Amino acid sequence: MTRQVGDLTVAEDAVQDACAAALAQWPAQGTPASPCAWLIGTARHKALDRVRRDRRRADKEAEAVRETTPPHSASPDPAAPPNADGWAAGTDDELALIFTCCHPALDPAARVALTLRAVCGLTTAEIAAAFLVPEATMAQRLVRAKRKIRQAGIAFRVPDPADLPARLGAVLRVVYLVFTEGHLAAGGGALIRDELCDQAIRLARALAALLPGEPEVTGLLALLLLTDARRGARTGPDGDLVLLADQDRSQWDRAMIAEGEELVEQALRRSRPGPYQIQAAIAACHSGVRSAEATDWREIALLYGELIRYEPTPMVEANRAVAVAMSEGPAAGLVILDAVGRDPRLARWPQLHIARAELLRQLGRRADATAAYRAAIALEPPAPERAFLARRISELA
Amino acid sequence: MFLLYADKPLPEPGTDEARQLLEAWGSATSEMAEAGVLIDCGPLQPPSVSTTVSVRDGEALFTDGPAAEIKEHFGGFTLVECADLDEALKWAARVPTASHGRVEVRPVIQVGAPAEQPAG
Repeated sequence: MTRQVGDLTVAEDAVQDACAAALAQWPAQGTPASPCAWLIGTARHKALDRVRRDRRRADKEAEAVRETTPPHSASPDPAAPPNADGWAAGTDDELALIFTCCHPALDPAARVALTLRAVCGLTTAEIAAAFLVPEATMAQRLVRAKRKIRQAGIAFRVPDPADLPARLGAVLRVVYLVFTEGHLAAGGGALIRDELCDQAIRLARALAALLPGEPEVTGLLALLLLTDARRGARTGPDGDLVLLADQDRSQWDRAMIAEGEELVEQALRRSRPGPYQIQAAIAACHSGVRSAEATDWREIALLYGELIRYEPTPMVEANRAVAVAMSEGPAAGLVILDAVGRDPRLARWPQLHIARAELLRQLGRRADATAAYRAAIALEPPAPERAFLARRISELA
Repeated sequence: MFLLYADKPLPEPGTDEARQLLEAWGSATSEMAEAGVLIDCGPLQPPSVSTTVSVRDGEALFTDGPAAEIKEHFGGFTLVECADLDEALKWAARVPTASHGRVEVRPVIQVGAPAEQPAG
């Protein structure tokens, strides 16, 4: 095994991957005639995947180094090619493994970790770093989840068509969480966060290839592509977050946007809308225009109104309020925002106070705006946001 | 094994409610039997009839009532043999208790008969 792959660490990790696959597979299908032969065969496949993945990462790092010198080098898109990256379009076994790792009988946090470990091939240390927990804690979580799979008799297979819609929801949720962890998380280091975004897109691609008739799968892939296309413009030179309205749109990845937009349209044509398709459509409203001023906020407000039917949360309603404020003026937005503000779930959400403060400022209600900015600061948002809020307060004084 | 947790006592025999429950159980168990998964059922008398036993320092203590005072009470069990968890969950959802109480699905540990175990 080690001789064939030529790298002891890679070989060890691959054997671990094969064991994870075996744990999931054997209880359902019975121990194969020769477990050893099966393990070695599987480990070889996994090792080849990993070698391809590492090679790709090395290419990416080399590319990142190259990019620091010339200002506008035409760089190949790292996340786009579906078949050139060794993950291929997926197989039925791959799909069965994803469904097993995302089984609703497993703890939700464990589903995400197990998928990253067994399907994406991340190491326990990498996953622990991404979720800011000690490696021992993450290892424990994985062990517990694997034990549950074995002892509770969770089968290694794709669910029956009748159960697919319900089970698919849990799988898409895991892919979405992997992505948001990479996209939004404050800690863990940029490299691992980029890796999570790439892995989520790869998972979504594999699912879309295997389940082409499911518009929500296509919608999720579109949403991830349209959001990730903005990656390069999301952070300033000093690592600060750059707001959507202030981003340099020339840095957005046009190829990813084109693919994402095509996929949204493809999904929506099936007339079976769902939350991921709607969120992708909202993302397309931003990606489709060349400047923040050209954004169609009326359309976005309507889409958030649709999204509420699937996700009746105050966060979605607050987002709709902002879109309404942008299209119909701050007063109309403030009416909605004040109504949602009474929801106790939002009390500790600084974004609500920031949005209110912005609208109050635009309406010239300086004292109320200052109070709302102070309420946001009291909830201890991240440092860059705090600096922005302090600046606003001093402007109003 | 389906562990059945009921949120209310069984209805008085002879009432409509009791007849409906009996019918619901009858059809659920016969479906399981026809599917070949049903092994055994054990509906229990109400917790007011139970006695809890504990042995401490070699002395057996008997207490009137169930082991824990909780709103829901353990109402019985259904034992099925299924290929995997998905099949078991599907049947558990079919059990009437799932509609008003809760059904806990937990695999039984396979224990060999004494004769099969090596002599100690």
